[in-house]
Amino acid sequence: MKYLTFAAGVLTATSAFAETPVLTVYTYDSFVSDWGPGPAIESAFEETCNCDLQFVGAGDGAALLARIKLEGARSDADVVLGLDTNLTAAAKETGLFESHSVTADYTLPIEWTDSTFVPFDWGYFAFVHNADVIVPTNFKALADSDTKIVIQDPRSSTPGLGLLMWVKAAYGDEAASIWEGLADNVVTVTPGWSEAYGLFLEGEADMVLSYTTSPAYHLIAEEDASKASVKFDEGHYLQIEVAAKLAASDQPELADKFLNFMVSEAFQTIIPTTNWMYPAVTPATGLPKGFETLMVPAKALMIPADEANTVRDAALIEWQNALSK
Amino acid sequence: MAERIVQITVGKISPRLGISAAVLIAVLILSALVAVVSRADGDFALGPSDWSAVRFTIWQAFLSAFFSTILAIPVARALARRRFWGRGFLVTLLGAPFILPVIVAVLGLLAIFGRAGFLNDILAFFGFAKVSIYGLHGVVLAHVFFNLPLATRLLLQGWQTVPAEQFRLVAQLGLRPSMVFRLIEWRLIVRILPGAFALVFVICLTSFAVALTLGGGPRATTIELAIYQAFRFDFDLGRAAVLSILQLGVAGSAAGLALWFIPSVSFGGGLDRMQRRWDVRTVWSVVLDSTFIVLALGFLILPLLAILLSGLGGLADVPLAIWGTAWTSFWVAMLSVGALLCAALPMAGWIATSKRAGVEAVGLLGLAASPLMIGTGWFILIHPFANPADWALAVTILVNALMALPFALRILVPTLRETAQTYGRLSGALGLSGVALWRCVLLPRACPQIGFAAGLTAALSIGDLGVIALFADPDRATLPLQMYRLMGSYRTDAAAGAALILLVLAFGLFWVMDYWGRRNVIAE
Repeated sequence: MKYLTFAAGVLTATSAFAETPVLTVYTYDSFVSDWGPGPAIESAFEETCNCDLQFVGAGDGAALLARIKLEGARSDADVVLGLDTNLTAAAKETGLFESHSVTADYTLPIEWTDSTFVPFDWGYFAFVHNADVIVPTNFKALADSDTKIVIQDPRSSTPGLGLLMWVKAAYGDEAASIWEGLADNVVTVTPGWSEAYGLFLEGEADMVLSYTTSPAYHLIAEEDASKASVKFDEGHYLQIEVAAKLAASDQPELADKFLNFMVSEAFQTIIPTTNWMYPAVTPATGLPKGFETLMVPAKALMIPADEANTVRDAALIEWQNALSK
Repeated sequence: MAERIVQITVGKISPRLGISAAVLIAVLILSALVAVVSRADGDFALGPSDWSAVRFTIWQAFLSAFFSTILAIPVARALARRRFWGRGFLVTLLGAPFILPVIVAVLGLLAIFGRAGFLNDILAFFGFAKVSIYGLHGVVLAHVFFNLPLATRLLLQGWQTVPAEQFRLVAQLGLRPSMVFRLIEWRLIVRILPGAFALVFVICLTSFAVALTLGGGPRATTIELAIYQAFRFDFDLGRAAVLSILQLGVAGSAAGLALWFIPSVSFGGGLDRMQRRWDVRTVWSVVLDSTFIVLALGFLILPLLAILLSGLGGLADVPLAIWGTAWTSFWVAMLSVGALLCAALPMAGWIATSKRAGVEAVGLLGLAASPLMIGTGWFILIHPFANPADWALAVTILVNALMALPFALRILVPTLRETAQTYGRLSGALGLSGVALWRCVLLPRACPQIGFAAGLTAALSIGDLGVIALFADPDRATLPLQMYRLMGSYRTDAAAGAALILLVLAFGLFWVMDYWGRRNVIAE
């Protein structure tokens, strides 16, 4: 019986060699789910490219990079979509990516000059809370308060890592003492975003680490205005999600075409209400109704991509020590 | 002389098949390990945080296994002594917590024990301070929720192997409960409990999401999380391999030690009559048993009810695509059960007739190996030759069977051992061997155990996220993966609905197979 399954698998693999060229895009799992941007983007691109666009989901952003490293130059992937600015330096180090020729009129909070990675959406990390609850508005006040938060583990989750970098970017050498102050506010640390957000919705904590755009989901998809994100005085850490072409791609022209499509109107209008992030290039039609209600941080914080790796390792040790006491 | 005849007879439960199955499993795990090591370029070094993870992992696994098995004794004893309406359903329900995806179970537990849970509402109503579930005790609580029912079921099966005549005899002799405990019950407990302890210990050893979510912070880091971190965050394959070996080593030695304690005792044969208990009719014993049954029931049922209620609310939001996914999960589960039985039956036969119970530890390695390590290892092995995504379901089936193997062995081995000891001589005298021995003696007597093991495998396979997450592409999702995707895109209500579908499907399959097995038992 097992061999039947194996044989079936091998057969499907061979029949995939059709005449139309196939563009394989590796991305994170929630991007390709039926509720993510994947399906709409696939049909939009296939209308224009005369090709077969295949998304392959591989865990989250960190898992995506691990997968590319694991496959090396032999990878089937032509494009990787969904790394963020905390990972780009490590990704570039692998030498597996090729520079791009995309130009666009980005509406990012910072200037974009990277020659390898093309941004497709962005957002700010923020604490989300119930709108009717008064919550602290900076890390020090939070540490002094009784407000309970649930966060994600930076070792297994992208937002968790984002918070680590946020505190580091805002407080530098003082970050360790901030974490010590926060220790009694942290209800628990979850492996991923889903668990943390689930705990928050169940009422286990007053605030959860998520994005400034999270309340937009509740407002637009559920017509529920009860969630808000709190504006922190220190500013908010910026996450920019990017894509890049692999040097070993067997469809380099198609990959370029996809990256150009990615910053075009058709792709960018899909992003806000499927990925619940800000589009990298605001569409001519503007943002969907409801996005104007979102909190806009006074200041964008970001640790440059090339320093991210070293900062990360030191910050992780501080975090572990502070929360293990 | 009699001893020698048994040896000859039981030798005919073809050890070769069992040994080949064990070797195959060892090869599958080791080849994954070797593949990971072959790609490693790190220095294979562990940091101080890794060592504290090792300490925490062992300690929480020990506590979880200790409480799960100790508390299982009075519950199993009560269930074995009492007959009441709904008992059969309750015994089946004992399988339910075990088959839940971790996050579903955790949310169910939090609905009762969490900061905003039922328990704290009651405490607040009476003016008491709130209690927090987060910390080591929370991790142990969740592990007991998962494993107490399993340990209870294993012990209960032990009780059922006692011939009814022995209970009749102690009643006739008017022995006090303490004497019955010493003469009969204690002997079956020492035969079952060490194995159950080893199994629960290994399950808890590889825990990752429970420990992290309820542990309250990085104090509660397990080896499995460190492996995850090494793979995904640092891409340090060397460290991942060292940690995997460490995990295998701890699990292997703990299991070997526990299984070594299992004494070789037998209750002798009986007429397979209905076990009726004339010896436990005092008011005091009825009150005692009822208390334990009600407490255990409450502990298990309340979180399940919470899951049921939140799931019913979200059922309308569940996208239609989930049903196709449920079908995939269903046949993957069926194939996993097939693969499992092919490996488990010969191995259990071999272990049951081997003198050293410690060889069962081989079976536990499948559970102790990090799924991420196996997944990554096989990914490295498959990738040069084929697209791993095409193999995702095949690998999932194998890994599911591998993970369920220790449970199946723990369930099957005591019965097969008992059967071999009791019927070995008769079978030998009748010249039964090979297939005929299995068909006429072993399989009919192990029917309830086979049903239980098959049901558990089916349910585990449906509830497990497993390696599919590592390999999957959008067209080959399983139910838990789809549920996580719903959660990951804010659709919490729909995810709760999907969790309910998953629970019903897993539990339904478990119930059908378990019922099929127990239907044939006279001694039940």
